Amino acid sequence: MSIYNPLPIIKGMWTTLKSALFDKTVTLQYPEEKRTMVTRFKGRHHLRRYDNGLEKCIGCALCAAACPADAIFVEASENTDQERFSPGERYASTYEINLMRCIYCGYCEDACPTEAIQLGHDYELAYTDKRDSIITRIGLLDAPPEGAEGTPQEVEPGVFTRSIPVMEDPK
Amino acid sequence: MIWEWVIKSIIIFFVCVIGFAYTTWFERRFLARIQVRVGPNRAGWQGLLQPIADAVKLIFKEELIPDRAYKFAFMLAPVLTMAPAIIVMGVVPWGTEANFFGRTVELGISNDLNVAVLYILSVTSIAVYGIVLAGWSSNNKYAMLGGLRSTAQMISYELTLGLSFLPPIMVAQSMSMGDIVAKQQESVWNFIPLFTTAIVFFIAVLAEVNRAPFDMPEAEQELVAGYHTEYSGMKFALFFMGEYVKMFSMSAVFSTLFLGGFAGPWVNQIPWLGLLWLLLKIIFCLGIMIWVRATLPRFRYDRLMKFGWVVLLPFALVNILLTAGVIELFSL
Repeated sequence: MSIYNPLPIIKGMWTTLKSALFDKTVTLQYPEEKRTMVTRFKGRHHLRRYDNGLEKCIGCALCAAACPADAIFVEASENTDQERFSPGERYASTYEINLMRCIYCGYCEDACPTEAIQLGHDYELAYTDKRDSIITRIGLLDAPPEGAEGTPQEVEPGVFTRSIPVMEDPK
Repeated sequence: MIWEWVIKSIIIFFVCVIGFAYTTWFERRFLARIQVRVGPNRAGWQGLLQPIADAVKLIFKEELIPDRAYKFAFMLAPVLTMAPAIIVMGVVPWGTEANFFGRTVELGISNDLNVAVLYILSVTSIAVYGIVLAGWSSNNKYAMLGGLRSTAQMISYELTLGLSFLPPIMVAQSMSMGDIVAKQQESVWNFIPLFTTAIVFFIAVLAEVNRAPFDMPEAEQELVAGYHTEYSGMKFALFFMGEYVKMFSMSAVFSTLFLGGFAGPWVNQIPWLGLLWLLLKIIFCLGIMIWVRATLPRFRYDRLMKFGWVVLLPFALVNILLTAGVIELFSL
């Protein structure tokens, strides 16, 4: 078969013409149509809350210790019954994650004893000012669930007496 | 009298420039569609303002001239590549005589030039100088190699191109483009009896324009960008423009020689329709060039030269003999 045989060229050109006329494009028009991520996708962090509105984070800083990139900074403060943020003895009054250092590995999620810090599906993290690369507690906290008020809450004394809240087995 | 051709020249110049811009748009969209994707559709409706966005970007780019480049040739080269492409449009006939607010105007700058085909051939040969100067004056080994390869390729395929011009001239008994179209209007469009010549001409045009699958000189994967590696900003835009305007004008020449030029339904009653028919044929030819680019891989350089000299040149010669036979057989 000579290399100057035109027949394979014609067959190839028919294939490309077919795909031009009959195939639907695979392009997603980005800002309007977005691709969904897999369930375990490791995107931006969220600080979760319980159903009664209190934050899960007790300020133990195990996530900061576990972080291989040293991206998390935690400072804890005492809860009082007049101003209660979490069901334990302490809460994270300063909680900052440096998105430029974070490698999105999920070790903080694994280390957290109360399942407070979790990596969600948000990947649109661009910023124009370098100072916006550090997200604080307010930016990371979830919104309170339906029907519950946010923190700080005023609670009755004597309800939350454990320093570490009751743990539930992971389901 | 003098104003007539000045105005027509300005119009043809703007047709070429706008044609170039929208040929890039057409290429990006059509190429994308063949590759099952969409192509630029954000700048304006369906991406129609994309060429303008690209032009504005290129205007703002910094113009770098390498330190030991030979400045005069460096600046002259893009012009030498671009100018012949537009000059070729001077002999393409867009119609016969038409009525323009009372004056009879000939649609086309010089439809009756009696050496039009020779003119086209000589002008396209000048474009080769632009490329070899660009490669050499860049003071860059790879640009030089790209320039040399491109020059060798272009002069080889010019022979085939020249020989393929002969059959339509034999059919029409004249080198004037207006006569060639008139002959096609009387009998049949040239690509039917001269089918093999049309194919050889088209392949030679692809090689002249340095277009895939003959784009070894500007192959991004091989030689960085070949002869235009060191060019940036407006000079690069001129090279780019040269390639696409050459595509456009050689499509116009192909349409005139083989596809009947401005001929089409109702052209005799309304000569202005000739513009539309010729434009549609040019778009058809551009579409085929883009389709070929999307499908075929690049020729290796030695195969490219072998193909030009050992296969196409003899085939073009044989076509001339065949044409003589066809003319006798069908009394064209």
